[in-house]
Amino acid sequence: MYHAIVFFPLIGALIAGLFGRFIGARASEYVTTACLAFSALLAWGVFIDGEHATRVQVATWFTAGSLTVDWAFRIDTLTKVMLVVVTSVSTLVHLYSVGYMHEDPHRPRFFAYLSLFTFAMLMLVTADNLVQMFFGWEGVGLASYLLIGFWYEKPSANAAAMKAFIVNRVGDFGFSLGIFLVFVLFGSVAFDGIFPRVEEFKDASFHFLGYDWHALTLACLLLFMGAMGKSAQFLLHTWLPDAMEGPTPVSALIHAATMVTAGVFMVARLSPLFELAPNALIVVTVIGGITAFFAATVGLVQNDIKRVIAYSTCSQLGYMFVALGVGAYAAGVFHLFTHAFFKALLFLGAGSVIHAMHHEQDMRNMGALRPYIPFTTAMMAIGTLALIGFPFTAGYYSKDAIIEAAYMSTRPGHTLAFFATVIAAFFTSFYSWRLFFMTFEGKARWAGHGAHAHDAHGHDDHHAPAAAHAVAHAATAHEADGAPGHHEGVAHDDHGHDVEPASHSTIEHHDHGPHTPHESPLVMTIPLAVLAVGALLAGLVFKNKFIGDGMDAFWGHALAHGPDNHIMHEIHNAPRWVSLSPFVMLVLGFLVAFWMYIRRPDMPHRLAEQQPVLYRFLLNKWYFDEIYDRIFVRPAKDFGLFLWKQVDGRAIDGAGPDGIAARVVDVTRGVVRFQTGYVYHYAFVMLIGVAGLISWYLMTGLPKGAH
Amino acid sequence: MFGLGILSGLLIVPLCGAAFILTLNGDEESVKRNARWAALATTIVTFLLSLVAWNRYDPSSPSFQLVESHAWLTESIRFKLGVDGFSMPLMLLTTFLMPFCIGASWHSIDTRVKEYFVAFLVLETTMIGVFCALDLVLFYLFFEAGLIPMFLIIGIWGGKRRIYASFKFFLYTLLGSVLMLLAIMAMYWQAGTTDIPTLLQTRFPAHLQTWLWLAFFASFAVKMPMWPVHTWLPDAHVEAPTAGSVILAGILLKMGGYGFIRISLPMLPDASHNFAPLVFALSIVAIIFTSLTAMMQTDIKKLIAYSSVAHMGFVTLGLFTLNEQGIQGALFLMISHGIVSGALFLCVGVVYDRMHTREIAAYGGLVKRMPLYAAAMMVFTMANVGLPGTSGFVGEFLAMMGAFKANPTVAFFSVFGIILSAGYALWLYARVIYGKLEKPNLQGILDLDTREKIILAPLVALTIYYGVHPAPILDVFAPSTEQLMAGIRTALSNTQTAAAALPLAR
Repeated sequence: MYHAIVFFPLIGALIAGLFGRFIGARASEYVTTACLAFSALLAWGVFIDGEHATRVQVATWFTAGSLTVDWAFRIDTLTKVMLVVVTSVSTLVHLYSVGYMHEDPHRPRFFAYLSLFTFAMLMLVTADNLVQMFFGWEGVGLASYLLIGFWYEKPSANAAAMKAFIVNRVGDFGFSLGIFLVFVLFGSVAFDGIFPRVEEFKDASFHFLGYDWHALTLACLLLFMGAMGKSAQFLLHTWLPDAMEGPTPVSALIHAATMVTAGVFMVARLSPLFELAPNALIVVTVIGGITAFFAATVGLVQNDIKRVIAYSTCSQLGYMFVALGVGAYAAGVFHLFTHAFFKALLFLGAGSVIHAMHHEQDMRNMGALRPYIPFTTAMMAIGTLALIGFPFTAGYYSKDAIIEAAYMSTRPGHTLAFFATVIAAFFTSFYSWRLFFMTFEGKARWAGHGAHAHDAHGHDDHHAPAAAHAVAHAATAHEADGAPGHHEGVAHDDHGHDVEPASHSTIEHHDHGPHTPHESPLVMTIPLAVLAVGALLAGLVFKNKFIGDGMDAFWGHALAHGPDNHIMHEIHNAPRWVSLSPFVMLVLGFLVAFWMYIRRPDMPHRLAEQQPVLYRFLLNKWYFDEIYDRIFVRPAKDFGLFLWKQVDGRAIDGAGPDGIAARVVDVTRGVVRFQTGYVYHYAFVMLIGVAGLISWYLMTGLPKGAH
Repeated sequence: MFGLGILSGLLIVPLCGAAFILTLNGDEESVKRNARWAALATTIVTFLLSLVAWNRYDPSSPSFQLVESHAWLTESIRFKLGVDGFSMPLMLLTTFLMPFCIGASWHSIDTRVKEYFVAFLVLETTMIGVFCALDLVLFYLFFEAGLIPMFLIIGIWGGKRRIYASFKFFLYTLLGSVLMLLAIMAMYWQAGTTDIPTLLQTRFPAHLQTWLWLAFFASFAVKMPMWPVHTWLPDAHVEAPTAGSVILAGILLKMGGYGFIRISLPMLPDASHNFAPLVFALSIVAIIFTSLTAMMQTDIKKLIAYSSVAHMGFVTLGLFTLNEQGIQGALFLMISHGIVSGALFLCVGVVYDRMHTREIAAYGGLVKRMPLYAAAMMVFTMANVGLPGTSGFVGEFLAMMGAFKANPTVAFFSVFGIILSAGYALWLYARVIYGKLEKPNLQGILDLDTREKIILAPLVALTIYYGVHPAPILDVFAPSTEQLMAGIRTALSNTQTAAAALPLAR
């Protein structure tokens, strides 16, 4: 049963990947989608009435000394939740891609990658030990790399793919060290060998890098570093927005619903460890809070529709980590669960918009799309409501629980997290509605509505509100662009948006002239509808099980809570104003967005002009890319060049072989190779050696212990 | 047969093939053709014979097997052969890689074809000899003799700067080998024999161990190569023909590691323990510095060569952790690296044969015309990066884990290697394979032909197979490693009263 769930996607991937060129694109699509659908069906089956926690041994991976690493599935409620999320969203994304990618010549490859990703993700969530988790962890990283760079002719896609992989490797740096430390402490990497023994190491200390650490805290911090990379948390978040270079279904599946939540899953899975490392949990809380706030601020001003949602994802992941950090693991996983539905919905909806606009992603070139694509508009509205936590939608239950938990917690850092999440709730509402209004309402700013083609940069025509609005962003962006130091982020905004897939534009879209946006085909709208149902109802239906009275029975022993951790019960005692604050923020955000983008469309421009520093700071994503380039990338390259040319070339070779060789070559120059002395010199030296040895032997007489 | 065992057979078969090729006569074309087929047949027969040996080998026993001993120079310096858990996998790797080398030279070598294949077959004999020798003098002979054919292969069939490269190769190795010879003499003087199984039981006094260790280290470090005596490798790789690079990276680099595990660690445990910090330091420098250097290379082969140095840093690191995970990881990494780096050089050879340049900048967008090539290259790149699920992961991971047990600080620095390797490997891939196919001379480039498919497919399969199921190799190392560890533990606890302070947890 579990074998089937995990390995069917792999079979699909292998068929499409190895035989795609023979069986054709259509067959590849069917095979992979069918495999996934089957897997999803089984996953729902075990979710609804599967047996309790169990372990399924598949094979032994490797052993060395006392280390044994198995291929095995650990099945408990946490795994089942993840199985359902991953297979469902993946199936829908497969289906959606049939429509979205229908013009692409490389569909077998695309579907093979998608299924490969799903397999790796399933290996991750079913992992029974840290190393198998690491396998899935890096496997999804590989799939993400391949899919971000799917349109390999685009330099920006290649750069983004590499960036994603390498930044994740920085996280994996910590993850690996964490695994090593856990092994040194517990003598095992299997969860069954670790969790029952955590109490023994409650007060253990470990000497590392000249400092005595609380062993479990150190292990958790190192492991959390991996989570930060995968889940794009503050400091290691830079790859996620760039990952939007990949096809939109990929963004929905990997960079919203599943892979990026792996970090949350990991911390929840390791909750028995983290519960005994309170200081590590403080770090989790603080990083989560900062990310929720930081990403939301950047999301306020982005113009690429996918990037807005990407920052939103980043921010929502921050919420999840806040929940984990204050010990409300169930709330964090619940938000992971609901978020998967509405964020996948938003991304796929955005994909539908992009599809309708013939691969236009810049919201400055959209507007008034509602009449043309009413169904997509409705779906996006549902997604938006769920994201901002409108009462009784999915996001409402999970997000409110997190904010309440942050307030009620007594652990250090919870106040910061509370305010960060509440303010971020306001920002979330604002940027979500901003996205909605810029895309579907207001005036049409796309080609075909001729007047405001986006390269017409009138700088002073403030009297034409709609145009001014479009230009406001572009103009300011150009200002920044002209500033010393070319900013990649801005470059993306201006150049990265117009043609999404390079191959598309050249092969299929010669007519980039006037066009009318069109609603997407059924194969794309059905997944939207299914996800919309999830975005509306997932909270209502599952609230009781995940975070309500049915919680203990539902989770079993999947999540650990320390003896003092009653946060999941405390949240019911949150003051009234705390419970209301997210709703107030939601309304405020809506009003401000409505005022700025519907009533007074010149406002954004004026604001940006009044606060140029702040605006540019946000538009350039707090300048993280530039800073990292300056302090990591460039020095590494310079140092590499120095090592090559100066150390290897000049110091080592110059002093050693070249110096000597130069003299020898002087002597023997002109003599041809085969017959020259080199070989004979060499053989000669060797023979002298052997001769010497034998003489020595003869001189010292017969050996004492001859054989 | 003639009183010789199967290991002697493995040494003789390639020599017979070489002798046969030497006798070839007739018009030039037919000689070339016959030489190629004869060489291929010989290497395949050798490989099959090694499989027979493998079949007779009992992997659960740590002792030397298939042992044969013939009178040789004297009564006590004998022609003694045998294999154990350390040498068997390496010997198999050697016989396994040889047919690929012959296949890779099929069209690319067109001058002095006879001599070329003779050199290769002689080289094979010497490499097998190194891994089978159970007498130090014999070991030394094979160890050094193997350099002559390699020297010729680089010097005659190499690229533009072949003389410089072969010279550098020569000078470096000379430096080490003289010292090793002295050490062997000293060992003989002390123990009265050069028989390896006997020497493994011999306890050398501490001060002598120090000097012996240093002398062997000089030779093995060059062979590895370890930083800072690595600079011969990039040049040798760049100038060597494809098959030469494959053997160089796949087998010759492993001789240093084999030397450590055969001689330094078991015979000189105290010195190995004392010098471990030195090895750690050099390994870390190798991992970090050469990874950074690799990143900035403009020549594909040079980049892979530097990455080999970095990977060998993991090997030395693992070996000197003196615990099971580290040692087995290092040994597995040697096998895995033999397959993966060999495959990477074969991949470079594929495009070199087409475009006759190794400049990274001369390529770009190959995936458009060469999807199969791109897929194979992706697998090997990922194995080079150490992605779990490829053979590259298991060894690196175990080596680092062993290092963490031995010394967490060392492990901390070595883990930087996994970030940097992703950097240089993916960047190479992005520049060569991805991007737009814009260069006019690349427009007509062809994907893998049948010969190339036959060569690369088994390597792709093995890379993934051993990533998912490394046990067939890893478990062969286990009994010998256990025995080695037991020996080292006894030795160290005898010498040092403060044994409790040793980082020798199981």
